Amino acid sequence: MNSSGKKEDEMKVTDILEKKSTRRSFVKNLSIAAAAGSAGLVTGGCVSLGKSEEMGLKWEEYFKSNYRLMTQEEKDETVARLVRLAKIQNDADIQISNQEPRENVLYGYAFNISRCKGYMDCVEACVKENNLDRKAKTQYIRLFEMDSGQLDPTSGDGKYFHEVPVEGKFYMGVQCFHCENAPCIKACPTKATWREPDGIVVVDYDWCIGCRYCLAACPYWGRRFNWGEPEVPKEEMNTKQHYLGNRMRMKGVMEKCTFCVQRTRQGKLPACAEACPTGSRVFGNLLDPNSEIRYVLKNKKVFRFKEELGTDPKFWYFID
Amino acid sequence: MITNPKKGISAFISDCVRWSLSGGRGYKIYLLALLAVMGAGLVSYVKQFQEGLIITGMSDIVSWGLYISNFTFFVGVAAAAVMLIVPAYILKDKDLHEVVIIGECVAVGALIMCLMFITMDMGGPLKVWHMMPGIGLFNWPSSILTWDVLVLNGYLALNSLVPLYILYCNYHDREPVGWKYKPFVFLSILWAVSIHMTTAFLYQGLPARPFWNNPLLGPRFLASAFAAGPAVIMMVLIAIKQWSKYPVDIQIFFKIKRIIVVSAVINLLMLFSEIFKEFYTFTHHSLSAQYLFFGLDGHTSLVPWIWTAIGLNILGTLLFAFDPTKGNPRYLMVAAISLFTGIWIEKGFGLIIPGFIPSPMGEVVDYTPTANEIIITLGVLATGVLVVTLLIKPALAILIKFKEAKT
Repeated sequence: MNSSGKKEDEMKVTDILEKKSTRRSFVKNLSIAAAAGSAGLVTGGCVSLGKSEEMGLKWEEYFKSNYRLMTQEEKDETVARLVRLAKIQNDADIQISNQEPRENVLYGYAFNISRCKGYMDCVEACVKENNLDRKAKTQYIRLFEMDSGQLDPTSGDGKYFHEVPVEGKFYMGVQCFHCENAPCIKACPTKATWREPDGIVVVDYDWCIGCRYCLAACPYWGRRFNWGEPEVPKEEMNTKQHYLGNRMRMKGVMEKCTFCVQRTRQGKLPACAEACPTGSRVFGNLLDPNSEIRYVLKNKKVFRFKEELGTDPKFWYFID
Repeated sequence: MITNPKKGISAFISDCVRWSLSGGRGYKIYLLALLAVMGAGLVSYVKQFQEGLIITGMSDIVSWGLYISNFTFFVGVAAAAVMLIVPAYILKDKDLHEVVIIGECVAVGALIMCLMFITMDMGGPLKVWHMMPGIGLFNWPSSILTWDVLVLNGYLALNSLVPLYILYCNYHDREPVGWKYKPFVFLSILWAVSIHMTTAFLYQGLPARPFWNNPLLGPRFLASAFAAGPAVIMMVLIAIKQWSKYPVDIQIFFKIKRIIVVSAVINLLMLFSEIFKEFYTFTHHSLSAQYLFFGLDGHTSLVPWIWTAIGLNILGTLLFAFDPTKGNPRYLMVAAISLFTGIWIEKGFGLIIPGFIPSPMGEVVDYTPTANEIIITLGVLATGVLVVTLLIKPALAILIKFKEAKT
């Protein structure tokens, strides 16, 4: 904003100077030019001041540690820097939480394949909630349209684009399954991805070096890479963010579903579960014997995807 | 004994620089051509650095491409130096001892290419310090990638320091002292095996990718490396014989040829074993092989490549096995190029890309590298060739001088 304003000022000055003018108007113009010039100087000063603050913040951000090694004070400092940077760079007022996991919570997810009708409200809600790159059309959730007689989403159609539900078809959603024995965590050379005590597998975006070994290691295609600079229109940005969740990613880093850590640690449902119009998505605390997820696991016939790999996902499918 | 008028490290360095850059007009043009390719690569890399890996042909489905393919292959070329080191230092083979230094120079060049390819492939190259033990967080021993970082850098150090010590001694008209470098030679032999096994374990250890999750991968890496690497060394030796005063005995070609034939035959045997396993009982896990060899769901972009590679593999092996010219350099050059190219395609492209296809969600897409990606790759290759050239030139000059001094 500032720099474009400065440019306009400069253009005015040159316009005025280049105009052929009478002596009287010349004097008049001169004073205008002087005023414009000084205005330019002032804004120029502001620009360089803002720039140097930005550079300073970026410098400190570059040398910060892995999130898990930070003290609470350091976590608060980096959050403050990120909030300030968002203000300077995009004039965005965001809040970034670094809320810790809640006590005695282990999140689990169950997906009802007999109810899902493939409306994709979950996908849309996820994209908005998690500030997913609109340019690359990143999606954490994929829905596969399946023929009866199949239970393996790899045999389904993940690119369907037509009115749903279709007679004789059913739908299966996949996303990061938050494995207890996650191959991606084992693969990461810098410990930039780990499993939080509440079972959420997260990425420290600022610590990830972008080698993509985790992506190769994931048997569920649960991870997404930022090949270019992600773009979210400012007016669509979700400003309620979490350090390990939906804060803006940068190019060259890995990201993934975090069970909407910014929501779930406040006791809310993930955006996908809340948006689902058919009630196919069940989310809750596996350690709470009265939770809905525990009811599903106890009373329904459940199964997990690629169970033979021993990854122990915290995501089950069930049939009514 | 003629003694050098000048001694010490600074004389050694300045002489080496002088020797590496001196040459006829053809040599100057050759160096300039390499620099031009490197410059083009640098320009493309700056673009990639600014815009991100989006300028490559990679995607969330095929998330490693040309860079990692070439990395994998050149780890093998680097490891292959051991095929000269074992006979030269352990079996005391006089002929191969003459050229072992060339094998080591090729290894250094190959390793520098490997490290460059890894860096080119990173999303955040400025954050590489996150991986350094001490200042970063090194996920060792869990992540195989950290093992690979250790073994590659260790091997680079071994293969730089041992020849450097020997050449430094020879430069001062001294024989190197055995106990000062022999232990490192032994270490580098084990290390050579480990760099290629570890790189294979990067892929082999991923149950998510059935095409790679195969216990034969590591051994086959070694077999193909011990064929392709000596083929590269042979190409370099032929060039040296052609354009330098350094004597390369015909016996050396015969011996390297024998190494290549044995390794290439074992490699083909293992290839056959893999193909049998994939296609005799066709399972879901064979889909990647199906994609590679015959195409899948109308996607056939690798099919011509892999059959070309297999053809070149077999051709190269046969040319080396039945050599009617008895060591004619031109004939050997054709054989070496054909085997090298065959294994390059097969171990690079043919191994990395199909591992990603179909995706874990069953999706099939093709991967085509972009022009930018290819130029960056060529830039790295040119850097490797330049490094090898600039190392071999002074090394040979010192060896020739040392031999003259001895006689």
